[in-house]
Amino acid sequence: MTDNTACTLIKPRQYKSDVKPVWCPGCGDFGVLGSITKAFSGLQIQPENAAVISGIGCSSRMPTYLSTYGFHGVHGRALALATGLKIARPDLTVIATGGDGDGFSIGGNHFLHTCRRNPDMTYIVMDNQVYGMTKGQASPTTESYWEKSKLTPSGTGINPFQPLVIALASGANFIARCSSSDTNGTARIIMEAIRHPGFSMVQILSPCVTFRPEQREWKNMLIPAPDAMQATSDSAQAARLLLTDEGVYTGILYVGRRPVYQPKPESGITDIKELDEEFRL
Amino acid sequence: MNRQSLSIALTGSGGSGVMTTGNMLLEAAAQAGWYGFMNRSAGPQIRGGEAAALLRVSTVPVESPDDSFDLVLAIEPASLERFVAEIPMRSDSLIINDAEGGRRGSTLPETPAQVVDLPMKNLAKAVTGGRPNMIALGAVAKVIGLPVASIYPVLEKTLKSKGADALKASWACVQAGFLAGEELPDIGGPPVNSELDRERWRITGNEAAGLGAIRGGIRFVAAYPITPATEVLEWLARSLPTVGGVLVQAEDELASINQVIGASFGGTPSMTATSGPGLALMTESLGLSVCSETPVVVLDVMRCGPSTGIATKSEQSDLNIALHGLHGDAPHLVLAPLSVTDCLFTMQWAVHLAESLQTAAVVLSDQSLGQTLAVVDQPADLAFFAKRCVPEDFEEEYFRYAVGDSGISPMAVPGQTGGQYTADGLEHDEAGTPSSLPEDHFAQLDKRERKINGFDYGQYWAELEGSGETAIITWGSTTGPVREALSRLRGTGEDIRLIAMRLLSPERPEDMAAVMKGVKRLLVVEQSFSRQFHRYLRAAYDLPAEVRVFNRPGPLPFRPNEIIEQLADWGKAS
Amino acid sequence: MSEITNRPKHFIRSAEELLAYSLALETEAVERFNDLADQMEMHHNYDVADLFRKLAKIESFHVDHVNQASEGKQLPNLQAWEFEWEGGESPEGGLMGEAHYLMKPWHAIELAMHGEKRAVAFFRHVAETATDDKVRKMALELAEEEEEHVALLQKWQERFPKPEEGWDEDLDPPAMLE
Repeated sequence: MTDNTACTLIKPRQYKSDVKPVWCPGCGDFGVLGSITKAFSGLQIQPENAAVISGIGCSSRMPTYLSTYGFHGVHGRALALATGLKIARPDLTVIATGGDGDGFSIGGNHFLHTCRRNPDMTYIVMDNQVYGMTKGQASPTTESYWEKSKLTPSGTGINPFQPLVIALASGANFIARCSSSDTNGTARIIMEAIRHPGFSMVQILSPCVTFRPEQREWKNMLIPAPDAMQATSDSAQAARLLLTDEGVYTGILYVGRRPVYQPKPESGITDIKELDEEFRL
Repeated sequence: MNRQSLSIALTGSGGSGVMTTGNMLLEAAAQAGWYGFMNRSAGPQIRGGEAAALLRVSTVPVESPDDSFDLVLAIEPASLERFVAEIPMRSDSLIINDAEGGRRGSTLPETPAQVVDLPMKNLAKAVTGGRPNMIALGAVAKVIGLPVASIYPVLEKTLKSKGADALKASWACVQAGFLAGEELPDIGGPPVNSELDRERWRITGNEAAGLGAIRGGIRFVAAYPITPATEVLEWLARSLPTVGGVLVQAEDELASINQVIGASFGGTPSMTATSGPGLALMTESLGLSVCSETPVVVLDVMRCGPSTGIATKSEQSDLNIALHGLHGDAPHLVLAPLSVTDCLFTMQWAVHLAESLQTAAVVLSDQSLGQTLAVVDQPADLAFFAKRCVPEDFEEEYFRYAVGDSGISPMAVPGQTGGQYTADGLEHDEAGTPSSLPEDHFAQLDKRERKINGFDYGQYWAELEGSGETAIITWGSTTGPVREALSRLRGTGEDIRLIAMRLLSPERPEDMAAVMKGVKRLLVVEQSFSRQFHRYLRAAYDLPAEVRVFNRPGPLPFRPNEIIEQLADWGKAS
Repeated sequence: MSEITNRPKHFIRSAEELLAYSLALETEAVERFNDLADQMEMHHNYDVADLFRKLAKIESFHVDHVNQASEGKQLPNLQAWEFEWEGGESPEGGLMGEAHYLMKPWHAIELAMHGEKRAVAFFRHVAETATDDKVRKMALELAEEEEEHVALLQKWQERFPKPEEGWDEDLDPPAMLE
């Protein structure tokens, strides 16, 4: 595409709805919203052919701010909603969005099994290592020694969850980590995630400036993974990286070739009257 | 002696094949022109435990167990012990027992019935590859007047996968048993009528529910196995794909209901099936279905509660949670089939209603309907089908939750250009944008209630029979015994009204008032310990001055004579 | 996957490409400032909202300027992530993270200046590494223009007092929404 009169192309801002986000200024989710719209634009997905599904939390408000179809469901169940939708409507581009609490605490079971099932969809988790919506409790990805929550004033004392390790072990077909401040790089990775068949897991470190203002420093701490490790299909190599990188490497960290779950009805559809036959005497 | 109806129990244990025998007996009876049904009872072991096949055969369709059993065949004596409460007997009932069938020295429990001995184990030994249950089958056939020839085709069908030798051995046993049965008292069953010219089916309530769902338009199911609903899912798992649908086994009930909502959001009528514990898990997400106005159907095949309860036994104790289990004000549909055949219609109707009203429909079946295999007249095919209100064009700006007159707002399907909206469990305005404003909350609450209350449900909300000043009101599987009781009373000149409710939510005050006109005495019949149905009636409707409640929890079914007893001393003067 | 692992180092080799970068820079700036204005309005910080709107307007003039300079030229149509900014982020990137709902006008201009300074650094870098004279010349011009923007913003910022400590104090605790 080298003409600069591409007025029929859908621009990123056309993927934004009229509703203005209520996120705190400085929130990383603004960057993610920008990245999602750029990714959609890069793929030229028709807004009516995409659906963004979420649970509960600040980042789960994402569907309302996009001009695609959307479902803002209950806490922790976005992946189940998205799976049902994708299986019934394989023609749609289905994205699930949410945060680390929604996805890995109450949603943990569905996360595990959706990775395992490997349906063709993309899961974007805006990880800020805190429960922002309910005023700052520790989340499954919070460091065990974080003492700023009233609910766990001495820290949780529990090992944080490592979502990408679990995703790899459970069967996800595409694993990536991004920084919300790199909107363009994140957009590119989301695009690849959507394009890649199967369950694409994209963890976006997205600072919560209200409850974890120190996370503004994240953009200086995250670094791209070494080239040799980018987009590897060697699951052992990916596993070693994900287990040892202390969560700082960004990029596409695993690209798999696992079978994709999309049950197809049998060809040659029966007339439903034929179902009566087994009951006839 | 010919009877119109015969109730037979077969008991055994340790792999004696009682269930298979019962199935074959019912099939042979059906081929001989009889109606009937069979349910099963078992010990807790996965295999090898005690088992009972409980059958009733009749010249006319039957939907209820009889007052007592006429014939019990115990392949080994101790196997009857566990089931004595479920197999009431009279002094003229007959037990055919194999005293040598089980452990040496084991005996039958105390019962009022006559006992005769039949050495099934020894007779089977005389046939190579012979089994006692096939001896039993032959003997029972003789005693109840079923022609032995009617058994062979059934044997062939059931055993063809096991090879020619197995078939030969079984047939030899059946013949031997039939011969031995000549020495036994003749019970005398219904007259045989192989020329019955009506279309008849053999089907379980669970299968009927699955078929009703498909007829109604369901093409996506996500579910998690749970007793006694699993057979619905098994049937759908093999049948749905043949009509272009999909069934997904989800990781738990929370995933199931949410996958169903997601698929429905995509435009596909969707359902799940579960039992009490699963429904309890789903209540939060049912609220999401109601608030986001995304249609779903949940079939609850009820079992004894609370908590894990008695998984294999029937009860009507999920009424409370079905009606009131959603947090907030979340009006939705609750329906309940009245018989095995009615599982088909009620599911089909529920799909139609859920889709028309864009809401959640909970269908309360129960274990006694779901797992009973019945021989019935071919069910009618009423033309209820999923018909969702979908916008045709988007010339004007689209408001997904526009309030309108009926409360039903067109629901855009993903893929429709211009129809994009975000469905939300958060309260919202007409556009679907989250809102905490009082006027939006009120408007949407009103819309969601109005659409359900204002709908024309027609005549199907209840089955009504009879007139008279005394009435019985009931729902679900207790309808069968109530109907049979009333049919007997009608035979003696008493006309008692029956109100069998199929639609429990929304409440129908006007319809009920019309039905209750002239009723002075009302008997409420329900299978729950805490009288859930009675409390519901008192809260929702005006009841006559004199109300009696006949309630009992599971696991024992209601029988017609028990109902008749309740009415015995009541307002006989009419 | 070759797009990711084999990303070429995109040295700007032509005036057209440089203009494409400049256009992207300015266009993104317009969007960012409008987004920030929306955020400020949502959080009832009207002075700063108005300021960001003005900045968006100013940047839109810059867009017009680049479009004029591009007249008659065929600019390559690059996707957002195909631009090889130093460090992979455009000069505008990451600025959203510096916003705060109580920010003062001084902060807003500081934020804008960060962007402009990074744009200066970028164009200088292009000028230093350019192999084509036309490109070098244009890059230097663009760098100078951006420096003028910085100066203007500096002057503008002087109208506002530097916020004192405690500017971000909010006596109310955060609200719990869901």
